[in-house]
Amino acid sequence: MANQATGSGGPPRAGRGPTRRELREARMRRRSLAIATLSTAIVLGLVVLLVPMAPGWDRVQKAFFNGEIFWKTLPGLLEAFLVDIMIFAWCAPMIAVLGLVIALARDARSPALFPLRLFGTIYNDVFRGVPVILVIYLVGFGIPGLGLPRPWNSPYIWGTVAVVLTYSAYVAEVYRTGIESIHESQRAAAISLGLSHWDVMAFVILPQAIRRVIPANMNLLIALQKDVALLSFIGPVELLRQAGVYKSLLANFTPYLGAALIFLAVTVPATRWVDRLIARQNAARS
Amino acid sequence: MAKLSVREVWKSFGAHDVLRGLSLDIEEGQMVCLIGASGSGKSTLLRCLNLLEPVDDGAILLDGLDITDPDLDPQPIRQRIGMVFQSFNLFPHMTALENVLLAPRRIRRKRREELLAEAEALFFRFGLADRMGHYPDQLSGGQQQRVAIIRALAMRPEVMLFDEVTSALDPALVGEVLDVLRALKAEGMTMVLATHEMAFAREAADKVCFLDEGRIAEEGPPSAMFGAPREGRTRAFLSRVL
Repeated sequence: MANQATGSGGPPRAGRGPTRRELREARMRRRSLAIATLSTAIVLGLVVLLVPMAPGWDRVQKAFFNGEIFWKTLPGLLEAFLVDIMIFAWCAPMIAVLGLVIALARDARSPALFPLRLFGTIYNDVFRGVPVILVIYLVGFGIPGLGLPRPWNSPYIWGTVAVVLTYSAYVAEVYRTGIESIHESQRAAAISLGLSHWDVMAFVILPQAIRRVIPANMNLLIALQKDVALLSFIGPVELLRQAGVYKSLLANFTPYLGAALIFLAVTVPATRWVDRLIARQNAARS
Repeated sequence: MAKLSVREVWKSFGAHDVLRGLSLDIEEGQMVCLIGASGSGKSTLLRCLNLLEPVDDGAILLDGLDITDPDLDPQPIRQRIGMVFQSFNLFPHMTALENVLLAPRRIRRKRREELLAEAEALFFRFGLADRMGHYPDQLSGGQQQRVAIIRALAMRPEVMLFDEVTSALDPALVGEVLDVLRALKAEGMTMVLATHEMAFAREAADKVCFLDEGRIAEEGPPSAMFGAPREGRTRAFLSRVL
């Protein structure tokens, strides 16, 4: 039998229906909901009424909001999106690992490792300073231009390399912030036990640091998920490129809208999820 | 020969001299209490003893070996000298047991079962057998500090340093940590404590040292230090804190 004792006397509070405070809060919630619904309806109504009154609306509607073309091209676009997912899926783990290596290289203290540290610093400056699309062009066209044999001239390989190089620089910075956010006393406690510098990093600092920056890294992953589309500029027929093909074929911009919606369908839930992750982490720390 | 011998140690942070030629001998099995105002150098001395801070000048001898020799590898020395901190500094991502096993596993490289038995015995001895699987944030301050002591003991140190280990605790929890210190003294552990617990120092210490301006202004058995301090500075300090 579960122990149902409730301490000093009387039945438990839970059995006695809502309190005055709870009733008032429920009333306030219903009121807020009603106001929010009404104001949203008014704003949406104005948009729907006013936008079609613009002089160019007819043309825009035909070029961007063509329902027939939208449904006709959607399956092809979704199929092309699989290419984005694929590229994303193999880039993300490589970025996580390379970013960590760069972060550790920039943290290296011993003089023998100075070249590593210097390399890490230069790497970060360069790849965070150059636009992604430029890196993709330079790596994606430049390296296959050396006359490499198949399959080593594939834009998939060099596009991946370009994206991984760029994003690792950002992820490395995130890791570093995490490492620096771990209080000095943790390092002191670990060192005082006689652990080596590397053991302190691997078993005490990194596990805490990586956990702390998961939300920040998730934000970068969401950005990466979109930037994968930039690979279309060097060849792979992924979503953006496929939308461009349809646009030329059908002389209509609606496929671009379809592509945008597909990206949103992934990034919006992912963003909300990260927001919740951050909120939960903040709650846990307070 | 003293277990630990501090000889004319100087340590400064920037332009601020914290230790100014401090000398101190700690005999095997002794409990030495360092008292003195905040900023008098107690914590810095402990951090120097554990080689967390390099000394600027002077030497520290452990069994006659100069451990402040800059050419010496500090790791094996730190393994012989355990340290417990004011704010516990447990690793929050590990259970109490994992906190305790980390250093032995990485350094002593014994079989896991052997280390586990040893760690469990320590938990049992200090009344924490039912807390081994808990994470630090599930433990009270007193329990966390006892786990921190067990973590240091698991390396089988020859000397233990305690840096104001009860200062961050609720008054109700101070006693359980002091009991652990008494138990360690009873088994002959060599200990150096920086402490504000004057009653405890008076009762348990073999030697009390009053630090002032980076030096030992006065030292002696607790009866003399608390009963009849010779120095005016010691008297002034004790009258403030007692």
